[in-house]
Amino acid sequence: MVEMVNRPYATAFEKFAAGNPDILCLSADLTSSCEIDGFRDRHPDQFISMGMAEQNMLSFAGGLGLAGFRPFIHTFGVFMYRRPYDQLMASIAYPRRKVRLMGFLPGVTTPGGMTHQSIEDISVMRSIPNMTILETGDATEVESICEAADSIDGPVWCRVLRGSVPRLFDTPIKVGEMRELSAGDDILVVTSGICTEEALRARSALAKAGLSIRHLHLHTIKPFDAKTLLDHIGSVKHGVITLENHVTEGGVGSLVAETMADAGVGKRLIRLGLKDTYAHGGSRPYLMRYYGLDAVALVKGIEDLMGQQFGISEDDLDTARVEDVHSLVKAEAL
Amino acid sequence: MRNEKRTEDVALGIRRRVFEHTIRNNGGYLSQACSAAEQLAWLYNEQLNLGAPTLPAIPKPFEGVPSPNNPNYHTGAGYNGPATPDFDRLFIAPAHYALVAYATLIEVGRMDEAGLKMFNQDGSSVEMIGAEHSPGMEVHNGTLGIGLSTAAGLAYGRRLKGDKGKTWVFMSDGEVQEGQTWEAIQAARFHGIDSLHAIMDVNDQQCDGAMDSVMEVGDIRRKMIEFGAACIEIDGHDLDAMRQAVNEPHEGRPLIILARTSPFKSMQILEERFPRLHYVRFKSEDERARFNTSIAEDLGVDPVDYAH
Repeated sequence: MVEMVNRPYATAFEKFAAGNPDILCLSADLTSSCEIDGFRDRHPDQFISMGMAEQNMLSFAGGLGLAGFRPFIHTFGVFMYRRPYDQLMASIAYPRRKVRLMGFLPGVTTPGGMTHQSIEDISVMRSIPNMTILETGDATEVESICEAADSIDGPVWCRVLRGSVPRLFDTPIKVGEMRELSAGDDILVVTSGICTEEALRARSALAKAGLSIRHLHLHTIKPFDAKTLLDHIGSVKHGVITLENHVTEGGVGSLVAETMADAGVGKRLIRLGLKDTYAHGGSRPYLMRYYGLDAVALVKGIEDLMGQQFGISEDDLDTARVEDVHSLVKAEAL
Repeated sequence: MRNEKRTEDVALGIRRRVFEHTIRNNGGYLSQACSAAEQLAWLYNEQLNLGAPTLPAIPKPFEGVPSPNNPNYHTGAGYNGPATPDFDRLFIAPAHYALVAYATLIEVGRMDEAGLKMFNQDGSSVEMIGAEHSPGMEVHNGTLGIGLSTAAGLAYGRRLKGDKGKTWVFMSDGEVQEGQTWEAIQAARFHGIDSLHAIMDVNDQQCDGAMDSVMEVGDIRRKMIEFGAACIEIDGHDLDAMRQAVNEPHEGRPLIILARTSPFKSMQILEERFPRLHYVRFKSEDERARFNTSIAEDLGVDPVDYAH
């Protein structure tokens, strides 16, 4: 049974930031939703309420960075870059301010629909010079995201999971590295964020079907270690499949495709993720099924890549976790 | 630095330099010099507490943008002196006023006049729209509305560190059309950031023409007070009014001075171009010659010999 950790960011951020006067905690009216309400209450001197005014918050954080502080900005990821994109560029990215952008509710991890789902943020951030991109895939990564982000000499975009989060790993994020979760030689599966857990659900069924899977989990999306990825690609016979909680354009799928194209690698690549579409509101399992982001989608993708059926049904996959929409560990049902 | 000139003379010098540049190059931000000369002259010559420049009088060429691999990167803030706790800081929020700001730096002895010859030249740091690396600039303000927010953040951070220096912003009235300006005032009031000061050139002009014909903004002073600033409106060509305005009590809130100005102050012939004053480029040699003669007379200088 997978260990579940409640509100890992709340504990981790407070442990990391409390008492460090160079760290400031900014919030745009989503304080409990971003699990920093306890920090606000216990460390008011380090907390700055910015209200629902993201354009000002980003430039203001740039000014704090100019004054020598390392602000951690908290809101839902989508609110942090869509409206204030210009402020993100001019006040944070260009001057390389040490602003840590903590974006909650990545991709379809919210039933909030299009307005709440950041589905193209990685694509946007990858194209921004000076930006580092980290993504959390389990509780341990959430617990280590603050140290990882704060080790960067410049701005950092973080996709942060919240609420009840499974613990899949026992070592913290090491910026620039990737996790090798299995070392097979038939197919390379590359996943990130919540999709890694889905790939793990399919692992035993794929093994029973006789497939040897090499599985990589990415927590650092930029900067990216292309050479190591190419070594892994070189270790498998049949090709590569990516699965991500994001549109395939500009995300991890693109990253792998670009890496392969740049190196002239001629193996097959299948990219799974949101396919040139917005999502709508719904539970995470429903959305992951509907948009093909789950273990079932991965198995079908592998069958497509191999050109054969393995007879794996949903019953053969490890159990999916189903979270309560209304849970005490989330501020609201979003 | 010691004042070597009267502020009135600095303002006149700003207009003369921008006039000469505009005639010589057949284009420039002439109207902005008309409206803002007194404000920038007053800031640099009297109001701001700045240390000696830390960058060379003749600007270095463009040395690249910020990146982890560029050790040569620097901002243009060094022309305003060192960023130490007791000194003031200044952001020029409307970066298209850069020509006027550069002229000011020359007039107050912070930049060599050779710097203006580098204006908008390829490979120069003296950019047409002031960039972070341009003389006198510290942050990006090319899009309007960003400056006041950034200054509020800097002022908040400086307060936490116990700095005595103030944070100033030179603004333009078109910025009140941007929602971010109101967000910034609201936040500065909520957090009691009273070391934040701004002076706004209210010349009623924007790129498309007279502001009222593009987007009416109503009573700016009343709106600013409602959003939480202390705000006082003055004649923006009256230096004594500026000296008085800065004494306006504003405990717990930012002070914003609205400087009502004329976009053709001291260059009356510019009125012919109204309402298209944003960037003055002459449409004919005849117009250029007429403006040259007329403005030179207004400013008490010889016409510019631009044939050579």
